[in-house]
Amino acid sequence: MKLTDEERAMLAGEHGRARRIALEHQLKVGRFLGAADMVPVGQAHVMADTESLGEAGIAWLEALAALPAAERRVRVPTITDPRGTDFAHASDLKQQDWMLALERRAIAAFQALGVLMTDTCINYQTIMPPVRGEHVAYGDTGVVIYSNSVLGARSNFEGGPSALAAGLTGRTPRYGFHLDAPRRASLHIRVDWTPRRLDEWGALGALVGRTAGNYWAVPVLSGIDRVPGSDELKHFGAAAASFGSLALFHMAGITPEAQRLADVFDPAGPVTARFGEADVRALQASYGDGGQAIDLVVFSAPQLSLVEMDQLASLCDGRRFKVPVLAITSPQVKPDADRAGLTARIEGAGAIVLSGMCFYNSYAREMAEANGWRRLATNSAKLVNIIGGYGYLPRLASMEACVDAAERGLLA
Amino acid sequence: MTESFRAAAGMGPTVRGTVLAAHDGFSARYDLDRVNGVFSRPAHQLAGQSYVGRVLVLDTAKGGVATAWMLHEMQARGVMPAALVLNSVNPILVQGAALADFTLVVGFGGDITSLLRTGDAVEVDPNASDGPVVRVLTRAA
Repeated sequence: MKLTDEERAMLAGEHGRARRIALEHQLKVGRFLGAADMVPVGQAHVMADTESLGEAGIAWLEALAALPAAERRVRVPTITDPRGTDFAHASDLKQQDWMLALERRAIAAFQALGVLMTDTCINYQTIMPPVRGEHVAYGDTGVVIYSNSVLGARSNFEGGPSALAAGLTGRTPRYGFHLDAPRRASLHIRVDWTPRRLDEWGALGALVGRTAGNYWAVPVLSGIDRVPGSDELKHFGAAAASFGSLALFHMAGITPEAQRLADVFDPAGPVTARFGEADVRALQASYGDGGQAIDLVVFSAPQLSLVEMDQLASLCDGRRFKVPVLAITSPQVKPDADRAGLTARIEGAGAIVLSGMCFYNSYAREMAEANGWRRLATNSAKLVNIIGGYGYLPRLASMEACVDAAERGLLA
Repeated sequence: MTESFRAAAGMGPTVRGTVLAAHDGFSARYDLDRVNGVFSRPAHQLAGQSYVGRVLVLDTAKGGVATAWMLHEMQARGVMPAALVLNSVNPILVQGAALADFTLVVGFGGDITSLLRTGDAVEVDPNASDGPVVRVLTRAA
């Protein structure tokens, strides 16, 4: 890879050990993936829940955090993805002390590195959305796909070590979606029915993700008959990223790089797949092996926006839940939800509003064992895709149906 | 003459092991019970099978970003495959392998999940002078 003088100095240790380690890591990755050089980034976003880090990952972070302050602090704004707990409600979730101890150690290390503990996967809605053409180093697949597709930013999936490395060096290897050519669509999907609800957008995203199938595939969708809102695109993108490992999609006439289909794809090219309402319903129905009884309802993955919190609060009014309901939002949305009275209305029905975590990265397997949770209802297609691996039997339904299920203990 | 398959890219140390193959994806978070060392996502073709010490031969990387940390964590506890051999990869798996110094080879002339079979004994050499390679030591009976 071609390096600048500054990068060569970093590699020689002239900018301290942390930056040397970071750049060495980036070069290993960049060479494997064919990067010609590095590109400066405006922000980094680090996924680093302690279930993923483990003791080994935390020790790795602590070693960096122990370096001299001038050597260890990040050079570009670096923020964090959801953590593995909400300390205020850890006992409600029956999370154990060792989990919280790991979280505290990770937080202390990140703070020593100058990382801002935003603990959110909806930073594009709440912190500082990247601008079109801005190169960033984002973790969380949902954040990457939304930022690339809806905002026109440029990021690859940057796992925790690589995103932190980008924060430390202020750059990332220039491969994949930092380049023009890989951003063109590689397949055309025709949509014959535009979803209405968030779970339906997620189900469509799941279908698109499965069809496209791998990280380097870029679908362009045609046929969407209205401009979707931010929460709709959030659920669509998160599911497409989760089911297909996709980092970029286009919607003809809607997303910024595809004002016309021809901007990203040969209009005479083939249509790889067509999806309609029946396909969405079939995807939803494919998660239903556990019968009607429900142990738990979760709204999470991605964290809820203030608008989703408002929608949920309206559905909770006058209810009393039989089964636990977890509504998970970001530390930025939570104070607004408190101030607007939304938290009180949601919790008034018996739900718990959690902040700064996400369900699946919060020791979901251990929580299931401690609480007797197995049959889970959610309106998140991303969550149903992930949580089966943790031993749950998930159901995908609308927010309204999930709230009904929480009241009755049954999901029809 | 040893049967071998050239890969487009590779990293990590040379290892030997027994193949566990499926035309399916790989995600440490989505697919694995990392405590017990088995594939746990019910829909995965290898559900219920142990991956510990095996050369996993799969189609592509799936899922989210957690694998970037998890390979390192799995390596530290020793509940880990010997290597990953894939048709294609996403950046997360590369980043995870780089952090963990784990053996990863990717990209073959054909579908590696059909060229290698469960039970084959192989050597995975990412650092061969003429490029990364998987050498078949013995075929499964």
